[in-house]
Amino acid sequence: MIAELRTLVRYRLLIQSLVGRELKARYRGSVLGFFWSFVNPLLQLLTYGLVFAVILPARRPPEMEPYLLFFFCGILPWTWLQSSLTEAAGVLISGGNLIKKVLFPAEILPVVTVLANLSHFVLGLPVLLAVLLIYRRLGPAALLLPLPMVVQLVLTVGLALVVSALTVHFRDIQNILAHLVHLWFFASPVLYYYGALQGRARTVLRLNPMTHLLVSYQQMLFHGDFDHWRGLAGTAAVAVLAFALGAWLFDRLRDTLAEEV
Amino acid sequence: MLPAVAAEGVSKVYRRFLHRHQFRTLKSALLTGSLLTDLRPEETFTAVDDLSFAVARGATFGVIGENGSGKSTLLKLLAGITKPTRGRLRVEGRISALIELGAGFHPEISGRENVAINGIMLGLSRQEVDERFDAIVDFAELREFIDAPVKTYSSGMYMRLGFSVAIHVDPDVLLIDEVLAVGDEAFTRKCLDKIGEFRRRGKTIVLVTHSLGLVEKMCDEALWLRHGGKAGDGDPKRVVDAYLTYVAGGEETLLAREPAPVAPESAPAEATPAGYREGRWGGRDVEITGVRLLDDRGAERHVFASGESLTVRLEVEARAEVDDFVFGIGIFTADGVSVYGTNTHLEEFVPRRAAGRGEVSLELTDLRLVEGTYLLDVAVHRRDGTPYDYHRGLHSFRVKSRIKDVGVYRPAHRWSFRGGLELEPPVPRPELDLRESERPSDPETGS
Repeated sequence: MIAELRTLVRYRLLIQSLVGRELKARYRGSVLGFFWSFVNPLLQLLTYGLVFAVILPARRPPEMEPYLLFFFCGILPWTWLQSSLTEAAGVLISGGNLIKKVLFPAEILPVVTVLANLSHFVLGLPVLLAVLLIYRRLGPAALLLPLPMVVQLVLTVGLALVVSALTVHFRDIQNILAHLVHLWFFASPVLYYYGALQGRARTVLRLNPMTHLLVSYQQMLFHGDFDHWRGLAGTAAVAVLAFALGAWLFDRLRDTLAEEV
Repeated sequence: MLPAVAAEGVSKVYRRFLHRHQFRTLKSALLTGSLLTDLRPEETFTAVDDLSFAVARGATFGVIGENGSGKSTLLKLLAGITKPTRGRLRVEGRISALIELGAGFHPEISGRENVAINGIMLGLSRQEVDERFDAIVDFAELREFIDAPVKTYSSGMYMRLGFSVAIHVDPDVLLIDEVLAVGDEAFTRKCLDKIGEFRRRGKTIVLVTHSLGLVEKMCDEALWLRHGGKAGDGDPKRVVDAYLTYVAGGEETLLAREPAPVAPESAPAEATPAGYREGRWGGRDVEITGVRLLDDRGAERHVFASGESLTVRLEVEARAEVDDFVFGIGIFTADGVSVYGTNTHLEEFVPRRAAGRGEVSLELTDLRLVEGTYLLDVAVHRRDGTPYDYHRGLHSFRVKSRIKDVGVYRPAHRWSFRGGLELEPPVPRPELDLRESERPSDPETGS
């Protein structure tokens, strides 16, 4: 794991350039260009606003109102995780040219994927913060935001390493993964409020590291009062474990990657 | 001084996963959770087998061998892209591998940004990229296109930029894989000049190529790989000669197998670009029952050295007695261009009688053709052209030559220079001798 970190530090310049390239390449050729990073979450917000207001109006607990805003605090970080994992699954295969033809540490590719999606998350934050400000929801607890972000980064990188390396050997993962992530989405408190859960559902969700991250985001941004310290600390430990697992597995499979992609 | 590259007993074994096996591993991996143990391969393939060699610092080292002999794997091992399964491999200094040019380019972003990223990928710092940027762009001759996305580049432009970045990394050891085959002639020359400059500056170069001439011209030492092992090494000229002899032996068996001596009647087959159609037709009142190509010793061969004697021998059988018949042969290049054709009528032989079996021989005493594969037409027909038996392109032979001159026909010629001209005469070398059609079992070349 330490060796893995050292590699990432050593190649930070390359990682940085590749993330920049991803961001540039994504909007290249479109009229709005980079502006899409702001427009995308805004349009997402409007779409869900319409759905929740017109198609699915429901009575909800007061902790979730205004619901659109509550939902938005969860879906932004969730999208980061989801896009990172689904993109990481294919990244070694599509980047096979690099691994096979250039002396290039392969783990850079999934890490770049996660970081590029982190950038989209960060670029979406101003939209969220602006809306929160309009609703007079923004409090000093929002300053703690970097904490869950760091934990989520470590967790996502670990999972991305696992997913990317295994997909090279088992291409099926690319197909299964979308469904697993979807399932994970419903097992995470994005659409609903964790505090309102009872009994077995609550027990199960407690084991889900994303639960604690989402609760942290929601408390910091939406409720303006953070007290989920233990949950976040536990998740941080899980994230470090996930990173260690990812680094170990990736290293185990490293030599086979260039041959199998 | 330590050699720049040292390999000791290096082997590379690839695993081969069968498709069915892969499916089973996924299932069992999911069921039993034995993921890592199931990643063991079912079959293995040894691409490089117990190879030892050293490349002296500042030397240019050529690697030759047939397709699949392990050349590319060796290059990947040297570049560090894969690790040897067994043995030790050491490369001193910064390596730049011209394995696939522009491998890291992203089509959507500009040439300028790609140069920066590619340079960093190949081990330059940002500052070094900035310093060398102009040189890279100028060398690639892409100044006016550098801000366009590389997806708009032609493949030649793409390669040029890739080559330019790789060469400007200024490596201590440069690995080159057949990349000089790309690009137009002018750029190829420029690449060769650049490589020559590298040599003069005392850099080490490992060159993997099919261009034997390049190996002879540029390399200080050569290695011939066969089935992943060393078939010969040492002085490039000797290694190339040994390799050529070996390849000629291989082609001999291949060409001998191809044309059936007496093919069944077949309609003119697919047309070659020049409209040359292979086939056999005719009434067979007189039939060509066998065609053999013989050398000056009367041995049957299919590969000849330029300038050797080649005899075309036809076995014929006249089923009915005829008095109107002409024997002819034609030689064509592989793409159907006529090289030479003649027949007994053109050369004013007057046919009297053909009955029963006979034999026709035409000796080309001095086969003045440049290297290449040639197709042979043989025919017997009436004077008005009505065929008895016409074999079109059913037979072929190959001409080998040490001199890679171009065209078709090589007139006897001699160079001479006078005045203030100084040229070093070519190193005298033994004529290519293909007379032993036996494959050398294990030619020892160099030490």
